Amino acid sequence: MSSRSLPWAVVLPAIPVLLAVAIALLAPWIAPHSPTAGNLAARLKPPAWQDGAIPGRLLGTDLLGRDALSRLMWGARISLLIALAATLIGATVGSVVGLVAGFHRGAVDAVLTKVIDVQLAFPFVLLAIAVVAVAGPSVPVLVIVLAIGAWVGHARIVRGLVLSLRERDYVQAARALGARAPRIIGRHLVPEVLSTIVVLATFDVGRIIILESTLSFLGLGVQPPTPSWGSDLRDAAVYVRQAWWTAAFPGLAIMAVVLAVNLLGDGLRDWLDPRTVRGRRES
Amino acid sequence: MFGFAARKILHTLFVALGVVTLVFAALRLSGDPAATMLPGDASVDELRDLRRALGLDQPLWAQYLGFLRGAVTGDFGTSFRHQQPALPLVLERLPATLELAGAALLLAVAVALPLGVLAAIYRGRALDVLAMGFAVVGQATPYFWMGIMLILIVSVELGWLPTSGRGGLERLILPAITLGTHFAASLARLTRTSMLEVLGQQFVTTARAKGLSEWSVILGHALKNAAVPVVTLIGLQFGTLLGGAVVTETIFAWPGVGRLAVQSIFVRDYPVVQAGVFVLALTFVFINLVVDLLYGVLDPRIRRE
Repeated sequence: MSSRSLPWAVVLPAIPVLLAVAIALLAPWIAPHSPTAGNLAARLKPPAWQDGAIPGRLLGTDLLGRDALSRLMWGARISLLIALAATLIGATVGSVVGLVAGFHRGAVDAVLTKVIDVQLAFPFVLLAIAVVAVAGPSVPVLVIVLAIGAWVGHARIVRGLVLSLRERDYVQAARALGARAPRIIGRHLVPEVLSTIVVLATFDVGRIIILESTLSFLGLGVQPPTPSWGSDLRDAAVYVRQAWWTAAFPGLAIMAVVLAVNLLGDGLRDWLDPRTVRGRRES
Repeated sequence: MFGFAARKILHTLFVALGVVTLVFAALRLSGDPAATMLPGDASVDELRDLRRALGLDQPLWAQYLGFLRGAVTGDFGTSFRHQQPALPLVLERLPATLELAGAALLLAVAVALPLGVLAAIYRGRALDVLAMGFAVVGQATPYFWMGIMLILIVSVELGWLPTSGRGGLERLILPAITLGTHFAASLARLTRTSMLEVLGQQFVTTARAKGLSEWSVILGHALKNAAVPVVTLIGLQFGTLLGGAVVTETIFAWPGVGRLAVQSIFVRDYPVVQAGVFVLALTFVFINLVVDLLYGVLDPRIRRE
């Protein structure tokens, strides 16, 4: 795998993804203005190329006179942070559970399969609503809820892979030689399923960015005044008639990042060739 | 067939029990509902009284049994805001949600199936590139942003369609497009992949060799065999549409279960949230059962599983 050079289908979408990550990391230094300091004298000013724009506010201002571009950059920070954290937790928990259940079979596996069945028989947004209704909206709650949404996919697919891998000759040979479960899983199974996990996790990042922005849009996620693409759109939806730009740019940002992440996932899948990941899973 | 149906129904009952348990866990383990429901300045006595009234002072297993009993008898408590039992309030709004999800499903299937089939036939040509471009962008667009943009462009700028409420076809179009686009995108992609796979198989070559016209090969032989994964996705996705309906209803002020549940969170009308989540989840489970049973009818091989 390492001898092959990176194909364009991976490199091209990786560029905008890395750009978004760079903006998120550097937001405190590159954002032209404070994301939270408003100026009521400069409310709802349009982007620079429209009549009535004010200098230095490239993408205009929002209802409280805050700089739209700066909020967009800081919004990338929170959206990507949440998506990456939730994906990491979900992918790790799901993969470990899938590996253990698939390898050991038995009661653990039977219980796991039922749990997966039940969670997949349940629109995820509803679970999020139920949890947030009681726990209250906050970033840690959001990360945990989104990770709960992500782990099932990993557990299901990794388990399926391990079920067939464990019957392979080299695994049986390792077993016959007296290798214990942790060693077999760590040395022989993990390397085999890693590419699948990477591809799945990439698609998860895209899915979770959309879910996070959706929950924040509903008022169940990131709370104002913290800049986030979803919660900014919640405000923007109210006065979209007067200021289209407040609604257009955060949405375009979500779309661009998710599109790039999904294409990166497609590219990685074709390159690493895990046949088990068919198409993009849906939210 | 009877044994197959019985197995599926039993499985569904089990899943339904699991879903009720999951709802219970999400609602009870993630915090104290009584503390969430009362205003910030409530006294300790008020909190204790409410906890007692909700049965939260009982041990967890007793609460769970009570919750199960409530779920079976349809008793989720009384809405604080509406002063009526929560379940009828929710059920009243279920037809609106099903109407929206159904319209979105029909719209998506009507657009995505032909698009996916054509993209497969004209693989690599302009139409394929265009259709798949649409699909990839559609998959990256959040429901709610799509809705806001449709309202901005179609309702506000062009003045073609009303922005909110329910009643008449003209109020259904924008929410249905909003909810259906994401699904149409994934369905078009899957239809294309599935068709391409089938078109490369021997029975298609045979059908062509027999001298059948290209269209009868595609419609008569290929499409029928490509349909199984496509029908699977349609079934599975109906539930996702119910979840997406929550968002779409909120944007378009569509009087459905999802909007009611979300609004109830903000006014701390806990019994209604509980009943809303429960009803949508069970609707989903029930629809999956119907889809499963339909498979058994469509594809006899599945019954032997």
